[in-house]
Amino acid sequence: MAVLVIADHDNASLKDNTHKTVTAALAISGDVDVLVAGQGVAAVAAEAAKIAGVRKVLVAESADLGKQVAEAVTETVVALSGGYDAVLIPATSAGKNYAPRIAAKLDVAPISEIIEVVDASTFVRPIYAGNALETVQSSDAKKIITVRATAFKAAGEGGSASVETVGAAGAMAHTRFVSDEIVKSDRPELSAAKIVVSGGRALGSAEEFQRVIEPLADKLGAAVGASRAAVDAGYAPNDYQVGQTGKVVAPQLYVAIGISGAIQHLAGMKDSKVIVAINKDADAPIFQVADFGLVADYKTALPELMDELAKVGL
Amino acid sequence: MKVLVPVKRVVDYNVKVRVKSDQTGVDLANVKMSMNPFCEIAVEEAVRLKEKGVATEVVAVSIGPVQAQETIRTALAMGADRGILIQTDEDLEPLAVAKLLAAVIGEEAPGIVVMGKQAIDGDNNAVGQMLAALLDWPQATFASKIEIAGDKAEVTREVDGGLQTLSVDLPAVVTADLRLNEPRYASLPNIMKAKKKPIDVKAPGDYGVDTAPRLKVLKVVEPPKRQGGAKVESAAELVSKLKNEAGVL
Ligand SMILES: Cc1cc2nc3c(=O)[nH]c(=O)nc-3n(C[C@H](O)[C@H](O)[C@H](O)COP(=O)(O)OP(=O)(O)OC[C@H]3O[C@@H](n4cnc5c(N)ncnc54)[C@H](O)[C@@H]3O)c2cc1C
Ligand SMILES: Nc1ncnc2c1ncn2[C@@H]1O[C@H](COP(=O)(O)O)[C@@H](O)[C@H]1O
Repeated sequence: MAVLVIADHDNASLKDNTHKTVTAALAISGDVDVLVAGQGVAAVAAEAAKIAGVRKVLVAESADLGKQVAEAVTETVVALSGGYDAVLIPATSAGKNYAPRIAAKLDVAPISEIIEVVDASTFVRPIYAGNALETVQSSDAKKIITVRATAFKAAGEGGSASVETVGAAGAMAHTRFVSDEIVKSDRPELSAAKIVVSGGRALGSAEEFQRVIEPLADKLGAAVGASRAAVDAGYAPNDYQVGQTGKVVAPQLYVAIGISGAIQHLAGMKDSKVIVAINKDADAPIFQVADFGLVADYKTALPELMDELAKVGL
Repeated sequence: MKVLVPVKRVVDYNVKVRVKSDQTGVDLANVKMSMNPFCEIAVEEAVRLKEKGVATEVVAVSIGPVQAQETIRTALAMGADRGILIQTDEDLEPLAVAKLLAAVIGEEAPGIVVMGKQAIDGDNNAVGQMLAALLDWPQATFASKIEIAGDKAEVTREVDGGLQTLSVDLPAVVTADLRLNEPRYASLPNIMKAKKKPIDVKAPGDYGVDTAPRLKVLKVVEPPKRQGGAKVESAAELVSKLKNEAGVL
């Protein structure tokens, strides 16, 4: 019984989601390999080789893999799949894109966003925006699984796995990468950050979102998130969206400013350790999950909060 | 070009579901059902393609109980031309749904499939990708923009970090994300007109594909309850509690 983990990376560095997915994989089997599929990923592979518990790192490189083109990742993984009983994939937007394609090619029912490994064929996953948790047992010989990384601790460092090159799919005939628009930011990554500050519809404009949310995030060394309403209205970029159909976060501290707390938003943040909500409506549902709710207009509360943080040296 | 739009009937997004006490699933008795919101976005996009003269016909397909007819009627009222219901009371898994849709597509030969990225009941986010795999078609998931030129579609996708644009040869499967469009409300005259549009009713057995489940649901439970609801009076109290009580600053 061996498990293949597909690494989350941006060709330059390995993401923590990989370490967390390795932890899930080690709960299934002691034989865990990591596939780094990308382009120019030698440094990423070297990082992956250091994850404790990893047996082998496989490297597949091509231009299409560098752009995470689903068809190319699928072809590459299907070719390797003979040697594995399970393939575990971090539930990032890239992973969610190719995992079901791999599963269908192998005639397997994929299992999406597991949060617990019960045994090698039994897993727990949230359904209905996290309002229910289902335990499913798979009868497929091979399992194709995406992993909600926030539910697992990161595997440690200190490994020294071997690194070997494997075959990569050739250029895809029917899919071409055209361009990307990646938001560059010096902030910690949303899904891995220890503190997240999120803004909602209340902010009213992109300028106000930046004026209010960014300085607080800077002070706290936090990542920035947003509600769907804030993203739809153009106050924040799409990949800031926290929720059922956006990113799932579970930081030490989540600060929701001017967010009502719709079930779809709660689905993405209710496993945070400490939740702070600032909202002028005392009945806003966000307060039901908040550890510290402040009923206030953010326009007066935020400057006060900045002052108070300064007083404690932040 | 024909556009095929798979649409699913799901619990309305405003409903907070409850888990059944016998842990066999969630309680759907007397719960409001609607078209999956991502499917609405897909239908809207398909109808816009027709309005722009890119598409000639929009076919809505649903797999589900007899009431899924209503979901198809909603699509017809939004502007789809006809519907296909594959009627079943079984809750089919994404693999089975994808196989049935692939069989329908074998008969219908659409130029593009536009569908939701995710059904908000099972939260699988799988059928579109699986359908593309079974057909050996290219896929462009999580679309926020679709432009069709000749036999290609240029699709802007919402990805971690921002946006990615792909060009895919048609036929292809495209799945809709939230920002693709804002679905219209059907007007009363269009709702009336939709009643006369044809819906073909089929059974899974008509397609000769294997729909046996691969997953067994052992139990469905409520997530752990969160102890929330505490309030603070001021920013000063908030900072003091975060620092001294919660220890997160
Ligand atoms: C299919 C589907 C998927 C979805 N996925 C997601 C998702 O992934 N993530 C997500 O977030 N949502 C998602 N939603 C949307 C969700 O249902 C809500 O519409 C959304 O979360 C609301 O965003 P909001 O809280 O910013 O806005 P609102 O609900 O409008 O809340 C704004 C809040 O700000 C408060 N406020 C106003 N002014 C002030 C002020 N001056 N000071 C303090 N407070 C103020 C108000 O009291 C209110 O509570 C989804 C919806 C659907 C249908
Ligand atoms: N029973 C169904 N009938 C028709 N379409 C479906 C069905 N289930 C899923 N789909 C389609 O697949 C998309 C993704 O669903 P899922 O992969 O189940 O999250 C939905 O938005 C629909 O377009």
